[in-house]
Amino acid sequence: MAFFYYLIFPGFAFAAIVGLLTAWFDRKVTARVQWRKGPPWYQNFADVAKLLIKEVPVPETANKGIFLLAPAVALSASAMAAAMLGAANINWDYTFTGDLLVLWYILALPSIMIILGASASGNPLSSVGASREMNQFVGYELPLVIAMATVVFKVGSVGLGDILRFQAENGPILYSASGIIACIVAILCLQAKLGLVPFDIPEAETELGAGTFMEYSGAALGAFKLTKAILLYTSPIFIITLFWGGIQVKGLGILWAILKYVLFIALFTLIRNTNPRLRIDQAVRFFWVNMTILALIALVLMSLGY
Amino acid sequence: MSLGLSGLKKSIWVYHVACSPCNNCDIEILDLLTPRFDVERFGIVLVGSVRHADALLVTGMVNRQVKPRLQELYLQAAKPCVVFAIGSCAVSGNFFRRSYNMAGPVDRAIKEVDPNAIIVYVPGCPPKPEAMISGVVKAIGFLDNLKAKK
Ligand code: SF4
Repeated sequence: MAFFYYLIFPGFAFAAIVGLLTAWFDRKVTARVQWRKGPPWYQNFADVAKLLIKEVPVPETANKGIFLLAPAVALSASAMAAAMLGAANINWDYTFTGDLLVLWYILALPSIMIILGASASGNPLSSVGASREMNQFVGYELPLVIAMATVVFKVGSVGLGDILRFQAENGPILYSASGIIACIVAILCLQAKLGLVPFDIPEAETELGAGTFMEYSGAALGAFKLTKAILLYTSPIFIITLFWGGIQVKGLGILWAILKYVLFIALFTLIRNTNPRLRIDQAVRFFWVNMTILALIALVLMSLGY
Repeated sequence: MSLGLSGLKKSIWVYHVACSPCNNCDIEILDLLTPRFDVERFGIVLVGSVRHADALLVTGMVNRQVKPRLQELYLQAAKPCVVFAIGSCAVSGNFFRRSYNMAGPVDRAIKEVDPNAIIVYVPGCPPKPEAMISGVVKAIGFLDNLKAKK
């Protein structure tokens, strides 16, 4: 059962397919915003299929083991996160105490693997990208944890199942002042985790070539693309689970769930299309000052009962 | 294999290599990527790293300085990788062909390092974006032949 959850539904296969479709949605909306036609729906599948037949040259200066291991670990970690979130949503009892913390660690793994892989590649531009990714990572984790703490203190438990049950009984956390603020903070932090535009500083095509992914090609790059796609699917589910009562897979609940999901994806896409890229110091200041203060306000409001 | 090849036909990532052109061809290439022509419809995307490239868009007559760099870039690209010689300069040398610093044209420079390279010629000075799209379509047809032969 656990293997089915991990490999097929709601883990790897399901998350990859939905994630690639979502990435297409993102590209299509971007194209429409720029008054273009945009790619067809199977575009991202074609990209990944193509990457699988390309050769994977490893640079002479690279540390071969870490260079090739990093994408694999990142991919399996993201699939694990998708499986855990999905399982918790399908059955509130299919969880264990403290799985929110575990999930948080697992969600951090892809970023760490990107940093490791880029540093192992031996390319100077990649290492600049890796250092930026690291700075940004340190930046957004702090407000994200405080926003999660808001939810945890309100519910009084660090289990995903408990959080979902609490919201089913007392109404979603989003419908309170502290909930809205914490949710906004979480959305912006996840935007940075996904590396979408105002925070795509590590990949910055115009300055760094492809930054952290510079030396990757073929299947290794495909694994990173899939990781990004699965994270793009996981992030909205993560926010919905924490703040908006999760996904009910019964009857009309499915339609409502899809609506919530599309809403969050549209939010990510809109933020990405209406903002220019920040500098790394601006991004870190944004997270450590503005977002952390907002998150603390949410925490205080929550403890006052709002 | 064939799944990958049909993926390749739908998703060609291009990398722009300017080998001493007069920049007019480069401007036409950039034109190709603007909303008016929008080649992302066909999955063609400009990438920033040569490792991601499926096609090199080479412009210019390839002088002595740039020739080793072009060859190095071609060797670094992950195969299969198609080379597009864009513009009369890249195809034949154009009016620079008797120039003292001429080391190209593109096909000769590439074939020195890989005799089996697939090279697509798009003549014109500069070629229209439509001509480049037609070149891409022909290259895709060539990939089809490749599959049929196997
Ligand atoms: S083909 Fe013509 S437009 Fe293109 S680089 Fe040569 S001279 Fe310039």
